[in-house]
Amino acid sequence: MTNLPTMSKETPASTAAPEAARKKRRVRESRGTLAFSRKARSRAFLKHVLLIISGSVMIYPLLWMVVSSLRPDDLIFKDPGLWLNTLDMSNYTDGWNALTHPFGHYMINSAIVVIGSILGNLISCSMAAYAFARLKFTASTVLFGVMLLTIMLPFHVVIVPQYVLFSQIGWVNTFWPLIVPKLLATDAFFVFLMVQFIRGIPKDLDEAARIDGAGHPRIFLRVILPLMVPALATTTIFTFIWTWNDFFGALIYLTDPDMFTVPVALRAFVDSQAGTSWGSLFAMSIVSLLPVFLIFLFGQRYLIKGIATTGIK
Amino acid sequence: MSALGELSKIKRRTAPKTAEEKKADRRDNKAAYIFLLPWLVGLAFITVGPMLASLYLSFTDYNLLQSPNWIGLDNFARMLKDTRLHNSLGVTFTYVLVGVPIQLGVALLIALVLDKGIRGLPFYRSVFYLPSLLGGSVAIAILWKQIFGTTGLVNQLLALIGIQGPGWISDPSTALGSIILLHVWTFGAPMIIFLAGLRQIPAMYYEAADVDGASTWQKFIKITIPLLSPIIFFNLVLQIIGAFQSFTQAFIVSGGSGGPSDSTMFFTLYLYQKGFGQFDMGYASAMAWVLLVIIGAFTAINFVASKYWVFYDD
Repeated sequence: MTNLPTMSKETPASTAAPEAARKKRRVRESRGTLAFSRKARSRAFLKHVLLIISGSVMIYPLLWMVVSSLRPDDLIFKDPGLWLNTLDMSNYTDGWNALTHPFGHYMINSAIVVIGSILGNLISCSMAAYAFARLKFTASTVLFGVMLLTIMLPFHVVIVPQYVLFSQIGWVNTFWPLIVPKLLATDAFFVFLMVQFIRGIPKDLDEAARIDGAGHPRIFLRVILPLMVPALATTTIFTFIWTWNDFFGALIYLTDPDMFTVPVALRAFVDSQAGTSWGSLFAMSIVSLLPVFLIFLFGQRYLIKGIATTGIK
Repeated sequence: MSALGELSKIKRRTAPKTAEEKKADRRDNKAAYIFLLPWLVGLAFITVGPMLASLYLSFTDYNLLQSPNWIGLDNFARMLKDTRLHNSLGVTFTYVLVGVPIQLGVALLIALVLDKGIRGLPFYRSVFYLPSLLGGSVAIAILWKQIFGTTGLVNQLLALIGIQGPGWISDPSTALGSIILLHVWTFGAPMIIFLAGLRQIPAMYYEAADVDGASTWQKFIKITIPLLSPIIFFNLVLQIIGAFQSFTQAFIVSGGSGGPSDSTMFFTLYLYQKGFGQFDMGYASAMAWVLLVIIGAFTAINFVASKYWVFYDD
């Protein structure tokens, strides 16, 4: 398959071909609507109806959760609507203080793990990707294959010995077991994403730098890294979301309430409430989703590019 | 052509080299291993080492306190008799074999509707994509637990039209279905991949088909599906691998128990209970290897079957 249109916008590679294809496509569409304008219009109308209905069904539970978190507790079991009569913030104040620590404590813990993971992934994955994409070395084909295979490896097959290892170093109830693997580029998905991106950067740029006497560290830092900012942004955003949502790792390694990240804190909340205060549970769930939602809102471009390019190229 | 395509296309390159090039190669070689150092350490200590260790542990009785005790194939023999494990396999297979095709079907359908330059595309795309980012979180699992509870949102809505719904997640016959629905709800990510794939199909194929008077259905079957088949394949492989590892949703919805009556006892959940609930680490390791073999087998079957239906343009 050829270059992905969305990808070509950010790589310095030639953009002529996909651009032309897109133009052609637009021409085809407009010609189509001229020829069969009535049929096309009713078809478009039907599509919008389908999309609006299915979109509403998808989003309704989320909206309802937001609305319910702003209602008195008992209405959660009575009112399926989205209408708010009064704005009741007590679920938020109750939920915030329902556990051993205020909820902010868990958010700070999560933030520490997230920041560590992002830095780890950015540094280690970009280094590995530079080697795979630009350097010739012994066993490169084999190692590249191994790297691709590890993307598909289920983590269960390593989790027990990893746990034994980390508990022997005394890292249980610290954030290290969640951060250190990222410093060692074990999220091979991002290595692959970056390899794909670097391959799209013209080699002439490296050559020019090399002729000017730059070594690999310099080429990497001064030429490649600045050009691969979009791939780094995608990595940052995905790492943020996946780490923020990570439950399994935190469940295994963090058993001390002081160290709880947001997902395990929420789980503790569910268990302690036994279903009695859904309002405050909902409120804290929304607080926990808010960072992901904000990232989605502002980083959507990179998210969509990220998954689209790894799927295609 | 994606990670999968890369893997199947790896070739060995051979070309004669000058002395100058050899010197550059040696320098590259050294630099490469320095750049790869973090990854190599991770590969050794976080991935391959633990993998081999868990293979070893699967032949032992190990509770974390005493050193592992070699028991040969006992763990695997136990598995053959463990009816809860058989049940958990059934639950997981159902989840994967029902959830993934429905999820991908919905993803493809919506992608097709969105593809033809529809107005408001970015908005619709966002709406459909958002749930796939949130779906893996504990918060959404909590929401699901409420929605499909006896007095949850679904039953409140059903009550409006006079239907008394069951307690979806407290009834063993519907609990798994509720979690499958959560999986379907996250169809946004494969949808985005489908959309990108659809954009790559050259418009001229459709133009030619229009000239020949092909119907929409014919164009779908003869152009869209074959040209999209590598993408369908990619989504299928990755979603199956991912779905086999699902854990959070079943754990939260069932309160960690896999209930009611083990109806949401995913294989991974049972593995967690064995390994980290009862610290039966040897058995858990053996289970992990069974999971790896199952996922490997599914992936292999997918690759073999792909020869018959996946069409590569180049």
